[in-house]
Amino acid sequence: MTNIVVLAKLVPDLVEELEIAESGTALDMEWLRLIINEFDNHATEQAIILKERSGGEVTVIAPEAEGVNEMLYTIAAKGADRLILLKGDFENGVNNHALARAFASAAKELKPDLVLTGVQANDDLDGSVGPLVAEYLGMSYVGYISGVSVSGETAVARKEYPGGLIAEMEVALPAVLGIQAGEEPPRYVAISKVRQMMKTATIDEQEVGDLDASGGPVVQRMYVPEAAERAEMLEGDEEEVAARLVEIFKEAGLV
Amino acid sequence: MAANTISHFSPFTQEFYQSLFDVADGENIKTCLQCANCSGVCPLGYVMDFPPGRMISWLRAGIFDEVVESDSVWMCVSCYACVEVCPKNIPLTPGLMTRAKEEMLLAGNIPTELQSALEFSQRYGNPLGESPRKRAEWANGLEPEVPIMRKLKRPVDVLWFVGDYPSYHPRVQQTTRAFFKLLNALGIDFGILGPEESSDGDSQRLAGERGLFEVLAEKNGKAFSKYEFGEIITTDPHAYNALKNEYPALGIEYPVRHYTEFLVEHLDKIKALLKGNAEMRVTYHDPCYLGRANGVYDAPRQLLEAIPGIELVEMEHNRTTSLCCGGGGGGMWLDGFQWEKAGVRLSDWRVKEAADSQADVLAVACPYEPPRFEDAAKTVAGADKLIVKDIIELLADAL
Amino acid sequence: MNQDIFVVVEHLRGQVADISYIMLAAARDLAQATGGEVVGVLLGHNAQDLANDLAADRLLYSDHPALAEFTSDAYQQALAGLLTAQAPRAVFFGSTSIGSDISGVLSARLGLPLVSSCIRVADGNLISQICGGKIMAESALSNETTLITMIPGGYKPAQGQTETSPAITTFEVNIEAPRVSLKQYIEPEAADVDISSENVLIAVGRGIQTEDNLELAEELAGLLGGVVCASRPVVDQGWLPTSRMVGKSGKSVKPKLYLALGISGAPEHVEGMTDAEMIVAINMDPDAPIFDIAKYGAEIDLFDLIDPLLEALEEA
Repeated sequence: MTNIVVLAKLVPDLVEELEIAESGTALDMEWLRLIINEFDNHATEQAIILKERSGGEVTVIAPEAEGVNEMLYTIAAKGADRLILLKGDFENGVNNHALARAFASAAKELKPDLVLTGVQANDDLDGSVGPLVAEYLGMSYVGYISGVSVSGETAVARKEYPGGLIAEMEVALPAVLGIQAGEEPPRYVAISKVRQMMKTATIDEQEVGDLDASGGPVVQRMYVPEAAERAEMLEGDEEEVAARLVEIFKEAGLV
Repeated sequence: MAANTISHFSPFTQEFYQSLFDVADGENIKTCLQCANCSGVCPLGYVMDFPPGRMISWLRAGIFDEVVESDSVWMCVSCYACVEVCPKNIPLTPGLMTRAKEEMLLAGNIPTELQSALEFSQRYGNPLGESPRKRAEWANGLEPEVPIMRKLKRPVDVLWFVGDYPSYHPRVQQTTRAFFKLLNALGIDFGILGPEESSDGDSQRLAGERGLFEVLAEKNGKAFSKYEFGEIITTDPHAYNALKNEYPALGIEYPVRHYTEFLVEHLDKIKALLKGNAEMRVTYHDPCYLGRANGVYDAPRQLLEAIPGIELVEMEHNRTTSLCCGGGGGGMWLDGFQWEKAGVRLSDWRVKEAADSQADVLAVACPYEPPRFEDAAKTVAGADKLIVKDIIELLADAL
Repeated sequence: MNQDIFVVVEHLRGQVADISYIMLAAARDLAQATGGEVVGVLLGHNAQDLANDLAADRLLYSDHPALAEFTSDAYQQALAGLLTAQAPRAVFFGSTSIGSDISGVLSARLGLPLVSSCIRVADGNLISQICGGKIMAESALSNETTLITMIPGGYKPAQGQTETSPAITTFEVNIEAPRVSLKQYIEPEAADVDISSENVLIAVGRGIQTEDNLELAEELAGLLGGVVCASRPVVDQGWLPTSRMVGKSGKSVKPKLYLALGISGAPEHVEGMTDAEMIVAINMDPDAPIFDIAKYGAEIDLFDLIDPLLEALEEA
């Protein structure tokens, strides 16, 4: 029976336009629409798959943010057993070092065999959460994982390298794995099931106390890069266009 | 033993069977003759492991579980062709196929494309995954400014429910802008909800997501209740179907008409505005949700006949026998899946019929159709010159 | 703390990864601002020759059997000792399956700040690209050794290569009971082409007109080191398998180059390739929506273009 903890967070939804806060050094959180970190979604799926395959308990921990309750209930509807919400000063955005410390402190109590979290998130600026949590918990970390199997005191994790190369890593448990993709794509949950969870499942709230953000970057400014315009149209006859294209390919290091 | 409990039914089959009676006329399923009319007329029945008729026989054998374990139910495009021909008036589409899809969803048996469309609908209020804030961007730059209810702050005669594809899909946005032009030409007092509008939810409902449909309907209901208007009109037969037939059960009830019904009322005024001599042969495709599902066949034809120079011809299948374009019941988001199983697209068949009718123009009245039929026209032999236009566009062109 | 900039060289199965050279180029910029040297750090077993073309002022090399292949635990231990002893101004890691496994752990272990997703150095500051490229963040170096993870895009590998090998100094590491070990490598299947992991894609649309014309696209793909993919109408015709389809009903791809031939850019297709780094579109229709998302375009008949383009590439 494996005790699995999943660490999940909400990140900016890139479908919307992002704006910089007045301070000039952070994202404007007011109009920000948040979505579950895609890789945390994969980590959740992997955790549920492991539970379905060989039994165990899955606990999900998430920091407070707009929409987090719905996210937790959705994960419960997929099969998670326990939901923990970290309450603290997360509103104005928090760096991953602070978040990782909070995660680690909550996860420690649960004495997990395996901690799964997304290998990265789109708003990471001080590294990703997984490796930091691993060190705070005194566990090993392996990232870019696309398949996990557990037997007794070890896990075998499939680590992805570029070009489709896989390295099978044997990891002594307990350990933290940074998930790139679950063995199956994240399953669909009918809304009626989520609504049902809202009535039957409970979310344990845990206060985290003061957040320690040391280890993060010294951000001088954040800005939106210049918007790309319509394509630069190449003029001339086919010979000229062909020549220009080869130049462009060379500049890009493709030829 | 309680009535309706049949001893050899698996518990799942029993529960499922009972649930069918909740749909209007659902109990008619007990009188199925197994005549196979439904399976025969179903456009993709020949590819299904379980066409409608066979689903019922498996149901009666008490082993319906097998049906929801296969994925054949996802071939259903909710076109109502089966309902149209059933001699026992069994509401097959809402009362069997939709319920089966609901079970498939609950079991997690759902093709990926459809999953995305449903997840987008929930997050962004539209299945295309576009930002809800951009729902009225089709109106940018139009003169006069498109009236959005939140800014207008006064009652209007007509609330124009724009819909998902008309709002976001580049091809269908053309139709939307044409309709705007028409409404202005007729001096109609109207407004739109803009970013406050959510997907009508009808196709999602038919794809098995009842819960999602209710969430979307509730959102729209809230938006409607903020404003005063005489009636709702829409260019989307799916929205029309939802607003007219499904929303009232949720307590959201307003008079609603499809644009064809609405414009026909202004036919004389329209005729006076139409100029020129189009000189084209036009054939009209009856959309499933305007035609079979809601009985509107004549109004669109009256509008077309009002355009000077148009010769209206009928395709081999028309009115009640119209061939579905394949977009309904989630079909819009099952394209790859259905293509892989069937090796053919329903929209290709329909476009072939249009080409065979020697028409220059295939006229449509549903937002799913321009992209589907234009795509099909690219590859169907003999259809490369076929033009696909919504009736709205033909009217607007003739102004 | 000295003013040197360390670069943790990444190598896999005897090959130095491009990101290593890119980091050396960035380190050169940063070293100019701090006044220190660019120091390569190479961990491995019998791997000294990998240092031959690294554009570093000097190289620190540690040879240990436990470092022969990358594993997070052993590498992290090796570097922890080194960084504590050396205290450089900054350390570059790749934002990769190698660098990301160890940079965060070291940050937490040694209490050193970490800046990730750095794309280039500007005036001694680090420019990071986050949120899918929609946001840039400029960070200064901290007062302590600053750990940095780097993404490609700001420098070319050639900028970090040299003909004069750097001087090598060896150092010892102490690796205790690693909890992570490599069981085996598994090669990708050669038969299936996974277009989503290709760097260069030649995409054909309806404009290719016939199956025979695909040959031209294949030739082009060959010269550019890429693979042919397609929009739906082409796959529908059966000219290419569904595994080559890009778009809503097919795959999502993020190649360095997406060369779209005769593709209009319908939303259903664009959805699958909008994240490509560079989109070049060839289409006769000036209003084709593909030109709204492409970086370069040409309103020209692809059949007129193909032969001159093949020739020009062969000469290059």
